[in-house]
Amino acid sequence: MSLDQATVARIAQLARIRVAPEDRPKMAKELQTILDWVEQLKELDTSKVEPMTSTVEVVMPQRADEVTDGGYPNKILANATDPVRVSSTEELGGFFTVPKVVE
Amino acid sequence: MADLVDMTIAQLRDGLKAGRFSAIELAKAYIAAIEKNRGLNAFVVETPDMALTQAAVSDQRLQKGEGRPLEGIPLGIKDLFCTRGVQTTAGSHILEGFKPPYESTVSQNLFDAGATMLGKLNMDEFAMGSANITSHFGPVKNPWKRKDGKDLVPGGSSGGSAAAVAAHIVAAATGTDTGGSIRQPASFTGIVGIKPTYGRCSRWGIVAFASSLDQAGPMARDVRDAAILLKAMAGHDPKDSTSVPAPVPNYEAAMTGNVKGLKFGIPKEYRVDGMPAEIEKLWQQGIDWLKAAGAEPVEISLPHTKYALPTYYIIAPAEASSNLARYDGVRYGLRVPGKSLDEMYENTRAEGFGAEVRRRILIGTYVLSAGYYDAYYLKAQRVRTLIFNDFREAWKKCDVVLTPTAPSAAFGIGEKEDDPIGMYLNDVFTVPVNLAGLPGMSVPAGLSGEGLPLGLQLIGKPFDEETLFRVGGVLETAANFTARPGA
Repeated sequence: MSLDQATVARIAQLARIRVAPEDRPKMAKELQTILDWVEQLKELDTSKVEPMTSTVEVVMPQRADEVTDGGYPNKILANATDPVRVSSTEELGGFFTVPKVVE
Repeated sequence: MADLVDMTIAQLRDGLKAGRFSAIELAKAYIAAIEKNRGLNAFVVETPDMALTQAAVSDQRLQKGEGRPLEGIPLGIKDLFCTRGVQTTAGSHILEGFKPPYESTVSQNLFDAGATMLGKLNMDEFAMGSANITSHFGPVKNPWKRKDGKDLVPGGSSGGSAAAVAAHIVAAATGTDTGGSIRQPASFTGIVGIKPTYGRCSRWGIVAFASSLDQAGPMARDVRDAAILLKAMAGHDPKDSTSVPAPVPNYEAAMTGNVKGLKFGIPKEYRVDGMPAEIEKLWQQGIDWLKAAGAEPVEISLPHTKYALPTYYIIAPAEASSNLARYDGVRYGLRVPGKSLDEMYENTRAEGFGAEVRRRILIGTYVLSAGYYDAYYLKAQRVRTLIFNDFREAWKKCDVVLTPTAPSAAFGIGEKEDDPIGMYLNDVFTVPVNLAGLPGMSVPAGLSGEGLPLGLQLIGKPFDEETLFRVGGVLETAANFTARPGA
């Protein structure tokens, strides 16, 4: 099995990482090297082995369904690019901004 | 009086308490040492003002006799820990300029114990690397030099932490370890590093790489300092549901120096092909030291050891591809414009992530994608169970396991760079410990033929860090490792 360039393009699209068409052959080769190497796991019969989900046997804790934090939109927006901040004089704002999504 | 920056935390603690010097004097000594060693590139951000402000508070408390366990001790914090109001980048361009509005639990615990912060330490981007060459902020230099004088890597991913501790420009540092990122750099720089049991330290506020493997731990000059630090760092945190609600023992008290009757396992599968003779020799030396102290070596078998690295390189990238999905240019960090929302995501992530991080995200995306999930990810999860069971069998025969930490001493900056799998092999002895969720410690034990430090690794039972500190203390005394870089 070998990674073709269409597969690289598809993974890159799924991962939302632009890989320019001219870079795809090199990336295909790099990923293939790693995939070939991990193939060795196929030597092991794991048909009767449960997949591991946690190394520590813990019961997931539950807490009371209460609001414990929040209510500071300007703090949330402090590191955002071009945010619309909550103005002290009007109740508008408090948004992240992104390129136009709906035409 | 010895130079302040050459004293251990235990010595500083006593000196501060007795009033032989002040926390401000100590902070100033370290700030000067950092300025003299900027060539190491160990820091991403220096915070001298913060260190001095915190030291002033420490001096007030010390004068009133209200000193806390780490009062006035100047630390470096790996740049993977979110620190309130101080840039936190995880070594990545995509987080450049990000100033968290909150503090990670582990760093908060250290500050609550009285520690001061000298700055944020350089690291491999998103903790992905074994040489500290993938940082957006440039490689870190190891303060140790080979005979040819070439600049060496400090190991990774906690390379800035390791270099800073070894160069005495911080009293100690925090690190994180997903596949060896505390222990391998500790070995490369001649310091002590411990990765605690998964669940011992809270992961809250630590930039996530592979959540089922990541653990924070201390990197320090000696075993006692690591014990003092881990006591302060560890503990249950309701904000991390995988942190364990168990009391944290007094690790310093565990260092009794007595290992009589203790059984230590020697895994035959760790005698890997092509292991350098000097690593083999050091390992035998470690066995002899523990035997001389009254402990008994037992041969054990960890039959699935050779499958640990390929298992790790499926599980860790899979978890990373999911964790790193949050860096999309919308809420924080870098944004590279695009004509559509998707194009903005794709441009931001292509420019913001370095080559190794992109490669791992793509591998992770592939092994989790429809049609490949069972063949790769689920298969790796099953092999992980086998590796976990290997250790569970071993504990029937021994109390602790002794191995080398890394298959070599530090290598040159630029070496192994074009060979990802060759680089991954650095972690051959450390990765199984993360997959099994166990505690592991690296103790400096000797020098290579090139005069570079080499470490021995101790692996413990789940939540039995105390045995690691006890045995680590005995190894340390026997090894009497006093060499310093550049000496």
